[in-house]
Amino acid sequence: MRIVVCVKHVPDLQSTRGFTAERRVIRSADDGTMNEVDENAVEAALALVAAAGDGEHEIIALTLGPDVAADAVRRALQMGADRGVRITDDALAGADYFGTATALAAAIRRIGDVDVVLTGMAALDGLGAVVPSLLAAALNLPQLTVVQELTYSGGALTARRELDGVTETLRATLPAVVAVTDLANTPRFPKFKDIMAARAKEIEVFGAAELGLADAASTARTEVVRAEPRPPRPEPEIVTDSGAGGRALADYLISNNLI
Amino acid sequence: MTETAVRTVLVLVENTADAALRSPALEALTLARTLGEVVALTLTEPNRRALDQLAEAGVDRVLQADLGDAPREIPVVAAAAVAAAVEHVRAALVLLTSSFVNKEIAAHTAWRTGAGLLIDVTSLADDGGRLVGGKRVFAGTWDTECAITTDRAVVTLRPNALAAEPAAAPGAAVVERLPVSAAAPAGLELLDRVVHEVSADASGVVRPALAEAAIVVAGGRGTAGDFGPVEDLADALGAAIGTTRDAVDEGWIGHDAQVGQTGVTIAPRVYIGAGISGAPHHHGGMQAARTIIAVNTDSEAPLVEISDFAVIGDLHEILPAAAAAIRSRRDAAALS
Ligand SMILES: Cc1cc2nc3c(=O)[nH]c(=O)nc-3n(C[C@H](O)[C@H](O)[C@H](O)COP(=O)(O)OP(=O)(O)OC[C@H]3O[C@@H](n4cnc5c(N)ncnc54)[C@H](O)[C@@H]3O)c2cc1C
Repeated sequence: MRIVVCVKHVPDLQSTRGFTAERRVIRSADDGTMNEVDENAVEAALALVAAAGDGEHEIIALTLGPDVAADAVRRALQMGADRGVRITDDALAGADYFGTATALAAAIRRIGDVDVVLTGMAALDGLGAVVPSLLAAALNLPQLTVVQELTYSGGALTARRELDGVTETLRATLPAVVAVTDLANTPRFPKFKDIMAARAKEIEVFGAAELGLADAASTARTEVVRAEPRPPRPEPEIVTDSGAGGRALADYLISNNLI
Repeated sequence: MTETAVRTVLVLVENTADAALRSPALEALTLARTLGEVVALTLTEPNRRALDQLAEAGVDRVLQADLGDAPREIPVVAAAAVAAAVEHVRAALVLLTSSFVNKEIAAHTAWRTGAGLLIDVTSLADDGGRLVGGKRVFAGTWDTECAITTDRAVVTLRPNALAAEPAAAPGAAVVERLPVSAAAPAGLELLDRVVHEVSADASGVVRPALAEAAIVVAGGRGTAGDFGPVEDLADALGAAIGTTRDAVDEGWIGHDAQVGQTGVTIAPRVYIGAGISGAPHHHGGMQAARTIIAVNTDSEAPLVEISDFAVIGDLHEILPAAAAAIRSRRDAAALS
């Protein structure tokens, strides 16, 4: 089984996040990490390989992004991915959902013979959660998304997802695109020897031309036209409860016409 | 004489056999009217009540996609219907309300129709012919605007972003059937689908859905597993119930109620977080609330810091007292 796991380098949630003058997300090595739910995707890939049993298996971590984005691939290698690939090109900077999905799909086609494409349910920077669907569209594959429970048997994947007040069970034959939530599993913490081993691995680089991609502008369909920091919130009004806290809460709601 | 072409805006309206349209749909119709001529699309037969509401919203034309036996619950199938409707009425904009499934439908529709895609906007306006959507990101710390650079656009609108209003003049809401041939993607099968019971309290009061509620009372680890106080206040306020991932992990409440980056993103008028620390994962999903209230034993909790109003103390005391005060105030108002 050959699995491609798409991983993304995102600014750490705890860091001060923002945009550059070109209205692109600031990404730096110091306060960036692999998108946390992508760890669940890598873990799901490892579990699939285990469930598939004997035979040849390969897990390839794939990312799109500048040099710092290699960190995300490195993390996947530490967790147990066999190979790392990074798509990078100045021409692809600032890719939107379509630019991203088009580039990832082109790399997946080039890698070839892929049985499962795995991703996290959303990137915790943009939170669009649409790239998995766009990847399925671009590759013309069935999709299992927002997956909380994934099993593999008899050559097919079964997924349970709970969303919008509905619980669904879906089955897909391979090849398929799968996006997992953080409830799908518990990502392993790499051991020291795996961290050392991952360090030695070469990360392959694909450019736009090799993938037959022109540039981000030709695939992008949107453009960020404004990005401004918001003024800090005013100081909260704080009441310490000594018996009348509940009434104070009710009064606040009533006097501010909130109910 | 030259006339400026009026943009056709297609609004996907979710419709069930027995229920009225939900407020996010009415909000989307309200926004759609400001951007062009509205055509509503349903994937099932609209009921009488829904048609009345569409008429009140000024809709003349209602397309009802006829998908035959194709499973419309599968987003790709629904997207095929939306794309067919886009072609049929030459829509330049498709508007959907933001939900997990609608984002998937939106993505596939955009892919098929060559449209630009904006997700979770809270505003959408015409800026010299270009559509520009607004969105607050990075846990409420940045405001962004994004323009569509293609002729067509698919946009999902966050519930509660604006208030639904009836049109100045009612529409005819005439239903037109649109045959669509679509099939589930090869290899994909929907094995089982269970719609959750809407939670109702002892007196049978049905709570609003979390994603679209105007008021949300959320309880976290600080509840220690007892959601009684949270339910009590929610019922007094007619609010939905939310929670954190930690409470879901503990098995205290279902994942459906989880608010946050890997749960539901909400933007209610009022959010009350009780026994919730306000970790960035949670904060990212509720920061768009207009008023944030925290109830926490710890005055240094991050949620207290980003709140408008906070009560420091035990939620097990404070929430029931607040619920009682609200009920007695209501009763007093009803008597006077
Ligand atoms: C990939 C990933 C995704 C995640 N996604 C989400 C998500 O979508 N949503 C989400 O919520 N979390 C998410 N998390 C988890 C998140 O990081 C936090 O762990 C979680 O939000 C904390 O939940 P909590 O506030 O209930 O618990 P805690 O952080 O333990 O806070 C409990 C609070 O209750 C207060 N308290 C205790 N007792 C009382 C009392 N009697 N009365 C009043 N206050 C009291 C305490 O002072 C404390 O502030 C995610 C984590 C990861 C790794």
